[in-house]
Amino acid sequence: MTTSEIQFDVPADPVVEGPVLQVEDLHVSFPSEAGRVQAVRGLSYHVSPGEVLGIVGESGSGKSVSSLAVMGLLPSSARITGSIKFQGRELIGRGDSELSKIRGRRISMVFQDPLSALTPVYTVGDQIAEAILVHRKGAVSKAAAAKRAVELLDLVGIPNAAERAKAFPHEFSGGMRQRAVIAMAIANDPDLIIADEPTTALDVTVQAQVLQLLETAQEVTGAGIVIITHDLGVVAGFADRLMVMYAGRAVEKGKVDEIYQQPRMPYTLGLLGSIPRLDVGEKQALVPITGQPPSLTDLPPGCPFAPRCPMVVDACHTAEPPLIEVDGSDEHHAACIRTGEIAATDAEGAEAAAEIFGAEVVEEPEIAKVPREQRDIVLGLDHVVKEYAVNKGVVFKRRVGTVHAVAGITFDIREGETLGLVGESGCGKTTTLMEILGLEKPMGGEISVLGTNVSSLDSKRRFEIRRDMSVVFQDPMASLDPRLTINDVIAEPMQVHGYSKDAINRRVPELMRLVGLRPEQLSRYPGEFSGGQRQRIGIARALALEPKLVVLDEPVSALDVSIQAGVINLLEELKSKLGLAYLFVAHDLSVVRHIADRVAVMYLGKIVEIGEVDSVFDAPRHPYTQALLSAIPIPDPVKERQRERILLTGDLPSPANPPSGCRFRTRCFLHASLPPEKQRTCIELEPPREVQAPDHEAACHFAQIRQVL
Amino acid sequence: MAGFLLRRLVNYVVLALVATFLAFTLASATFDPIGVLQQRNPPPPAASIEAKKRDLHLDQPIPQRFVTWMSGVVQGDFGRTITDRPITDELGRRIGVSLRLFLLGITIGILFGVLLGVVSAIRQYKFSDYFATLFSFILLSTPVFVLGTLLKMGAQGINDSIGSNVLIFVGEETPGFQGNWFEHLGDRLQHLIVPTLTIALGQIAYYSRYQRSSMLDVLGSDFLRTAQAKGLTRRKALFKHGLRTALIPMATLFAFGFGLLVVGGTFTERIFGWFGMGDWLVTGISAQDTNITATVTLFVAVCVLFSGWLADVLYAALDPRIRVN
Ligand SMILES: Nc1ncnc2c1ncn2[C@@H]1O[C@H](COP(=O)(O)OP(=O)(O)OP(=O)(O)O)[C@@H](O)[C@H]1O
Ligand code: SF4
Ligand code: SF4
Ligand SMILES: [Mg+2]
Repeated sequence: MTTSEIQFDVPADPVVEGPVLQVEDLHVSFPSEAGRVQAVRGLSYHVSPGEVLGIVGESGSGKSVSSLAVMGLLPSSARITGSIKFQGRELIGRGDSELSKIRGRRISMVFQDPLSALTPVYTVGDQIAEAILVHRKGAVSKAAAAKRAVELLDLVGIPNAAERAKAFPHEFSGGMRQRAVIAMAIANDPDLIIADEPTTALDVTVQAQVLQLLETAQEVTGAGIVIITHDLGVVAGFADRLMVMYAGRAVEKGKVDEIYQQPRMPYTLGLLGSIPRLDVGEKQALVPITGQPPSLTDLPPGCPFAPRCPMVVDACHTAEPPLIEVDGSDEHHAACIRTGEIAATDAEGAEAAAEIFGAEVVEEPEIAKVPREQRDIVLGLDHVVKEYAVNKGVVFKRRVGTVHAVAGITFDIREGETLGLVGESGCGKTTTLMEILGLEKPMGGEISVLGTNVSSLDSKRRFEIRRDMSVVFQDPMASLDPRLTINDVIAEPMQVHGYSKDAINRRVPELMRLVGLRPEQLSRYPGEFSGGQRQRIGIARALALEPKLVVLDEPVSALDVSIQAGVINLLEELKSKLGLAYLFVAHDLSVVRHIADRVAVMYLGKIVEIGEVDSVFDAPRHPYTQALLSAIPIPDPVKERQRERILLTGDLPSPANPPSGCRFRTRCFLHASLPPEKQRTCIELEPPREVQAPDHEAACHFAQIRQVL
Repeated sequence: MAGFLLRRLVNYVVLALVATFLAFTLASATFDPIGVLQQRNPPPPAASIEAKKRDLHLDQPIPQRFVTWMSGVVQGDFGRTITDRPITDELGRRIGVSLRLFLLGITIGILFGVLLGVVSAIRQYKFSDYFATLFSFILLSTPVFVLGTLLKMGAQGINDSIGSNVLIFVGEETPGFQGNWFEHLGDRLQHLIVPTLTIALGQIAYYSRYQRSSMLDVLGSDFLRTAQAKGLTRRKALFKHGLRTALIPMATLFAFGFGLLVVGGTFTERIFGWFGMGDWLVTGISAQDTNITATVTLFVAVCVLFSGWLADVLYAALDPRIRVN
């Protein structure tokens, strides 16, 4: 990106010595029916000019609340004490009008959900221009601000910026909106940028673009950055220092490398150990952190992590451990009374975590020893096609186009095997699933389940076959009926299939135990369970009829990493115990590498690469796979800094109007580097799927290995 | 966009026709004007009853009568009343009387309703919010004639305490009033205040409830936070970004609000002795007069549907997401 030529016409800031932001003993509490919620409890940190501080922690740990306190954007019901000094000036106690002069001018903020972050009724250009005008009334004309807004949009990588500035937010994709928000954030050359989970809602390829953009923004403005995340991967390559938060407090702080290599607090260890690694080929033991974060209304004395800590001893319950220096480093602090013992173990990082938490690699199922070709095919798709008509008009609908959602895909899943289906949102993953679950004759091609072609099924057979196939959805809350007890939820499929009352009453508690829940909880309602537990309930329900194939649609993407690890482990155990086959749809490639035996990469309704996981991940042949893989951050600061990113430009083209020849060519970096006559091949000929290695196919005319991990 | 609005307009015209046809049919089928005539004492001669029957086209089937009446309407002739006066004579004046009342009432209702709703939302769970909530619920559950009567009593009280008849609540002007146009205007204003208030209060209560909830939705929104993060003060962000967005769902309400108003207006007109369209409808029904009933229905339908169409225009103007497609 050519960024440096854009000049910031802001008078040079007075040089301030010391940190841009200094937070001391910050406390924030909210009134609630159950008593005061102590959301932040004695938080201290600082950010130096030009420095990137990462704040990591589970949902509810107080990351957002503490940052909103800095911005002065907490609701008036919040009680805030302590000190927040920005460039030496105290912010706590200042009124809204005073703070509004600093907000957006000196400190700016990027929020998590770009879809709702922009006002729907004003153009993107106007909203960016407003950020400039509000601070420089009179000094900058409206026209100049509008021009500047276009420059900023261009700077954040929106193509055709002058035109796009006139668009309304709903005409922008999520990634583009986040860029627009970042444009706003840097419009006044701030000294501090706070980014609250800026990439959580985005696709991996877009996440990589946005992170890159934040780095650029930091270079251009020289601002200090606070980046909040729950994903340790995201900040590994970007942050200089890291602060881990738990229950409203910092429990570990230090330089990024220190924390990733020598974590000294069990919670940090757990967090590190719970992330599946994209770069680890052999089976890895994932650390689930059991239990839930404590309620912040009345914390018991002692270490708040104690109920979940594998190292807990009696002394932990006496007093809350303070942050103390560890390893003799004056930068590295941890709040645990047993840091010394952790330091004494030989293992480092995630391995130490597995050791301390006692996590083990889940065993392979028996059937995995049988060569793939000799196992039965559970699900087979052969050139399956699904198209949607695009209609226009309210009264008289007329067809104006066709969305080629799934454009001829072929794969099979064999007994005891997991196939991961990955790709950006909108590439047709869900449509594929729906086609399979519908058990109807597809528009084109063939689907067969357990050797039976679904188009030949009568309704009775179709009903029977449904027993062999079940599904778990992404959102555990939305997929469970809130008015049914857990017992009813799990029993429902069995009732439908005419199981006897006795059989059901025997089976339900059994299923509960199978997914790691207590049968005593059967009479409760879904609302009383946490996200991870609800997902377990969803799995129990899916297993009720003893299926052979379970279709999982993003089963862990709505969960916190520590909870996610538990669910992944459970899925692996079940597969091994029950000999299940999984079709695992996910956008998180690290999870797929961990759980899948084979992976299929989809792009715009087609499979561009498919094969055995290690072969595809270690030696990807298709440029799209390479780009996807390179976009995934690895929770290892050293590796991460050395990695070279392949940044895909732009967004997914519309599936109503896919590019000719190779569908990926509009974003293909390899294509762009080819001589014109070779480029013509990509434009004119659709690349066929060709065998690249044993059990590894890719569809690219110029397929070549490129290692990206 | 213009095409869309045009199509909607055509839809609405069709709807207005259907509504009028139904009213006409219902009135024709149930009214018995000849029966009324025959019960007069002394009964009119048979010849004039026959003539009346012919005049009223009672020999024709109802749909045909409707077509006859409608073809007159298209040419500006709404037929004659049962007392044999052309409807057109009175129509203009009555429409003027009603619209003066309704338009003023609704304008005040919308303005203050929106304002009250916003204040209520911003000060949620504070005293002013509770007060506004109570005020609205009481008003919404009070029948118009009770409210009108109460306001009359209040106005009487005020007049008594000042010692002069400032607030006049009978009729729309003083009969036989002499004076220049300015004095005329003053006289009409004196008549206008209490009835307008009767209408506006209900409207304020109605709009403020909806505005409050739509504003509350917006208050917790991310974009409002973004606006503040840019450096807008809370107040400015609330009005420029919050209120502007919270107005969108209100657009559709305006149409229904107007419908409610026209119905409620009947009572208001009767209470204050205004000879407007509502009053006319009551007169028409009690005289078993199909033409008056159909004319007033047509007027109401046109009003409601026009305001529906206006709501469409407003909606499109407020929400860019609609505008594009
Ligand atoms: N306006 C509020 N009123 C009452 N409680 C609140 C309010 N905002 C936040 N809290 C509480 O404060 C605690 C910390 O919340 P916070 O949003 O900072 O968590 P977080 O670390 O940002 O989590 P996430 O990863 O989900 O964004 C939570 O228990 C939350 O319920
Ligand atoms: S203080 Fe005790 S309970 Fe807390 S993290 Fe350390 S070992 Fe675990
Ligand atoms: S065929 Fe051409 S455009 Fe398609 S992926 Fe290969 S190089 Fe890129
Ligand atoms: Mg948060």
